[in-house]
Amino acid sequence: MQKYRTDTYEGMIAETVTVPGHDGSVINAYFARPLGSGPFPGVVLIHHAPGWDEWYRETTRKFAHHGYLAISPNIYQQFGHGVPEDIAAKVRAAGGVPDDDVVGDVKESLGYLKSLPQSNGKAGIFGTCSGGRQVFLVACRTKGFDAAVDCWGGRVVMSQQELTPKYPVAPIDYTKDLSCPLLGLFGEEDQFPSPQQVAQHEQELKKYGKTYEFHMYPKAGHGFFYYDRSGYRQEQAMDGWNKVWAFFEKYLGTSDKR
Amino acid sequence: MCTGIVENTRVSGAGKGPNGWVPLNQASVSYDHPDHAQAERVVIIDLISEKAGLESRIAVELTPQSARDLVRAILASLSRGEGDELEERNGSVY
Repeated sequence: MQKYRTDTYEGMIAETVTVPGHDGSVINAYFARPLGSGPFPGVVLIHHAPGWDEWYRETTRKFAHHGYLAISPNIYQQFGHGVPEDIAAKVRAAGGVPDDDVVGDVKESLGYLKSLPQSNGKAGIFGTCSGGRQVFLVACRTKGFDAAVDCWGGRVVMSQQELTPKYPVAPIDYTKDLSCPLLGLFGEEDQFPSPQQVAQHEQELKKYGKTYEFHMYPKAGHGFFYYDRSGYRQEQAMDGWNKVWAFFEKYLGTSDKR
Repeated sequence: MCTGIVENTRVSGAGKGPNGWVPLNQASVSYDHPDHAQAERVVIIDLISEKAGLESRIAVELTPQSARDLVRAILASLSRGEGDELEERNGSVY
């Protein structure tokens, strides 16, 4: 990974766009891309349970800053519009957004990225919290992604009692279908997922001979990238981001000049 | 929705939110990661008025211990106010 240089030209455009969603719907997405003709790799970002919020817009721009065509679809759009945390409350009360709908939304965003003339034909997927779980789910249930990053996704391992019509299958049960290399970042003080659940997931990945890297950070709990929350852990977060950039550079290529 | 733990119940009463007093119809109680509280996990209580909409939601994030303390305080006040009547209806207040 190249280091940032003060004489590097840099520019990006970031805006809300509309893209296809699941079942023929049209949803909003936040799209950020470096200026120029590329070619650039793409990344779909799946937002976390607190909603399609400012952190995800910032993170989408962060990926563009590092040389990616980055898109974050609003996977909560079927619940209406409003302040992100109010929409998140509505989703919470409703028992979440159906897995099938998320898979559909993300698949369409992948198609959007790959249709762009600046695309290098490669695409990754990134998500945190519930979005981390959905990253794994999507990477198992679709083809076309070249790398996936699951940050502390809970409920990859689910008991029979946790399954609902919205979540009919535990993501871990799709492991044999994982279609691309996987990076997982976790905190050892987290209970959703717990270190035991992460170990269980790792065993399943080994069982099917999947390409993966899991990193379990000491003195970190859930959401240790979130600088705006009490769980932020600076040292672990910076190391984690470096692992994300290295992983995507390895599997997607990049024009990153940072 | 990291945990998927949510309990919904109908409620009847009124609450004061960002837009003043509103009638309340629903309570959504979750155990999850907080947006604001300084804790790893919290009990999130959303008190909702179907009439006033989500923007009038009354929300709290309580640490697990303070949520237990609140439950005890609510039950204790009910017990003192309604006494035997409550016990007869519910079997036991605790």
